[in-house]
Amino acid sequence: MSVEFDQKIHDTLANASLQLAIYTATGRLKEKRIEVTAENVLPDYQELRTQANALKKHTIDNLDHYLEEFERNVEAYGGKVVYCKDATEVSDFVLDLAKRRGSKLIVKSKSMTTEEVDLNERLEHHGLESVETDLGEYILQLAHEKPYHIVAPALHKTRYDVADLFTKALHVARETVPEKLTLIARGVLREKFLKADIGISGANFLIADSGAVVLVENEGNARLTTSAPKIHVAVAGIEKVIPRARDLAVFLKLLARSATGQLLSVYTSFLAGPRRVGEVDGPEEFYVVLLDNGRTRLLPDRSKRESLYCIRCGACLNTCPVYRKIGGHSFPWVYSGPIGAIITPQFMGISHEPALPFASSLCGACGEVCPVKIDIPKVLLELRGDVKKMEAREGQNRMEKLAFRVFAWVMTHPRIYEMAGRLAASVAPAGDGKWIGSLPAPMSVGPMKAWLSERDLPPSPSKSFREMWRNR
Amino acid sequence: MSRDNILHKVRTALGRSAAQAVADVPPVRLRVPEAAMEDRIALMMARVEALAGKAVRVPTMEAAREFVAGIIAGKTAVASNAPYLEECGVTGLPGVRSGIREVGELTEVCAKVDIGITSADYALSDTGTLVMLASPAESRLVSLLPPAHLAVVPVERILTGLDELFTILPNPAAQTSSMVLITGPSRTADIEQILVRGVHGPGQVTVVIVG
Amino acid sequence: MGNQVSLFVTCMVDQLFPKVGMAMADVLERLGYRVDFPEGQTCCGQPAFNSGYRAEARTVARHFLKTFEASERIVVPSGSCTAMVTHHFAELFQKEPETLALVHAMEKKVYEFATFLTEVAGVEDVGARMEDVVTFHDGCHGLRELGIKSAPRRLLAHVKGLELREMVPAEECCGFGGTFAVKFAELSGAMARTKIEAILGTGANTVVSLDPSCLMQIQGALSRAGLNVRTMHLAEVLASR
Repeated sequence: MSVEFDQKIHDTLANASLQLAIYTATGRLKEKRIEVTAENVLPDYQELRTQANALKKHTIDNLDHYLEEFERNVEAYGGKVVYCKDATEVSDFVLDLAKRRGSKLIVKSKSMTTEEVDLNERLEHHGLESVETDLGEYILQLAHEKPYHIVAPALHKTRYDVADLFTKALHVARETVPEKLTLIARGVLREKFLKADIGISGANFLIADSGAVVLVENEGNARLTTSAPKIHVAVAGIEKVIPRARDLAVFLKLLARSATGQLLSVYTSFLAGPRRVGEVDGPEEFYVVLLDNGRTRLLPDRSKRESLYCIRCGACLNTCPVYRKIGGHSFPWVYSGPIGAIITPQFMGISHEPALPFASSLCGACGEVCPVKIDIPKVLLELRGDVKKMEAREGQNRMEKLAFRVFAWVMTHPRIYEMAGRLAASVAPAGDGKWIGSLPAPMSVGPMKAWLSERDLPPSPSKSFREMWRNR
Repeated sequence: MSRDNILHKVRTALGRSAAQAVADVPPVRLRVPEAAMEDRIALMMARVEALAGKAVRVPTMEAAREFVAGIIAGKTAVASNAPYLEECGVTGLPGVRSGIREVGELTEVCAKVDIGITSADYALSDTGTLVMLASPAESRLVSLLPPAHLAVVPVERILTGLDELFTILPNPAAQTSSMVLITGPSRTADIEQILVRGVHGPGQVTVVIVG
Repeated sequence: MGNQVSLFVTCMVDQLFPKVGMAMADVLERLGYRVDFPEGQTCCGQPAFNSGYRAEARTVARHFLKTFEASERIVVPSGSCTAMVTHHFAELFQKEPETLALVHAMEKKVYEFATFLTEVAGVEDVGARMEDVVTFHDGCHGLRELGIKSAPRRLLAHVKGLELREMVPAEECCGFGGTFAVKFAELSGAMARTKIEAILGTGANTVVSLDPSCLMQIQGALSRAGLNVRTMHLAEVLASR
């Protein structure tokens, strides 16, 4: 485990107010999801999950076909598709576009994909102003932080944190009431919307048969981003495509319910190309950036490929007992929680943080709530296998490898196993039937020490089960 | 040019060749339940109210005009170019700007007025949703920029839900560059999970059901 | 076929909690089963599998398959170890069709203890008596991989003198997770404390579970916190008179 990962986990666990904030926020989102997916409210919930999984599987298994269909239809409606392999290509495209159109100001709606490629930072580095307009993302942009959660990006910020940020950055009188803070942001951002030439959005879905970008949101900032400026650029991972408009009947029923416990989010925008003849408003130019950035790397593996089904609802974060303790910023990349634990090693390479797939008790709660039925625990287990293979190749972690070889040998030799058990029992304190709080220094090492750092040890019984069985 | 490179990578990874045919898309069953018009209306109104919107039902187009007149009294409003609004006589009400076809002017007006008045192409009763297709009749900004949105919708446009919408409209892109589903007032819970309405879009949504 | 069952007590019960195994045998015998204990048994291989050592897990799994090949029915006092055999052995032998066939045959023979009682033996009342207020902890693998939710509760409902109080939330992990408990000790401990708060919220004196590993985590944390709440395996409750 990297020192940084360990430290961030420790710091988060030690911060009582942050612990309460994470646990309360995720708990509320979790409860709301449970309410709106209950059998009596949505009887075909499980059927919808099965359909969503089948649709995603079919699309990812034939991804090139649907990307080309999507591209043809975007162009048929007068838009343009731009394929980018990495962060640099995305920012180069936007910079070039801004330069050609003489644009200095860009408004952005929430997009994990643009977070992934640090788009704001790259644009700002070249002298453009790129403003996040989702309230949570705006707060984080002022704080120079990455999202804490896929759908509730600023869940770790209190109203007082926000008040401090606004007062400092916007030179406004200090307000601490959420309604008033929201109004301040509305005012500042409204001006940006009306001045900006380019609006950059993400995409929840790309519809192959329609050449459409679908955006799901509650605030209206994505609508403004894609309606007010002359140019709309949608940045999406290549895995976001689904075959048909009607497939939305499945995905939209699942997305808002899983994310925030709403039946539908407030705004669902289905956008196919620039403004058409006769339409009164809307952008004059429409671009869709299709981003690889490591995605093609995980297509060859038939099993782990399903990691790309994710619709970024965040349900797995809210239900995950690990996320609910260590929060979003402990994770080594922008994607946190169970889904982050499986896509980060695959996008970035497992050596990015080899401990990540192990930071799970494998409780399975994530897989149970995933609306597209990604078997997250299964993928975690496979990634653990990959990490061990890498370590073996690189000659790392040799002691552990040896320990498990010994384990396998002992467990296939019952007599040795029994002797080893007796030996261990003979040196372990019996504790008079009481649980043991500490061991003598030479024994309190490695896993024993780690166990005892948090819990007591069971006393060693006078006889093993097999001895009792023989004697009865 | 990354296009060919990425598509090539995808195909190689999936073991597919260029232009290789694909199996049929897994079927999606769209279920359109039998629901009497009165039930649709009742559910639509209940859902809108549950979202902290307002829903009223009026018997006639004249009654709709009177209701709207009451709401906008003393306020400024912009109406979309929907023929139904004109038929109701809403566009002729004092204080209502309408007939705007130029985007600059529309933006300026929408940014100033108190209320944006539209019709809706459809409504979805089981979620309390308005479905707005951009066209010469309906723009995007009227339902977006003003702090309040008022939609006048004849009963026959109320559908049961998403399944019926996509049954009627399997290919929205053929008709419009923008279809927006509006389900209640704009909202956020980004500060301490406290619900605040009217962030960027209208904080008030009123649905007037006619018939 | 008949009333013969084999015990797979798991390495943890064998080495640390032998009374759980004895209680399970006691309950089964009282229901008229003839119980045997194949001496060659050790472990299911889950520790290696969950740690990413698939080759080592395969070796241990093979040993399990050989040891229990002749058994008609195998009963296990652990949802987690049962799920390892019935849900994960197959993953280990995808490339070995012959072994995979053995695995599929084995999957049908292996039962978690509570499920065996309600599904195979067809009993809910085993004639137990225990005057106590208890709460039940759902082990994650039993709950989510095997779908066990009502069986242990139905069995507990028939224990005379026993009152069951559900904890909220009931389905959240105790934080054990095998080597996770020591690799991420501080995090695992924090998860255990949250579990303990839920337990204390019920006012129960005893926590019952199907998994010795969860019970070790929970009891270890209870003991560390100096709390006077005990843990018991379901088999021990059902063996009480």
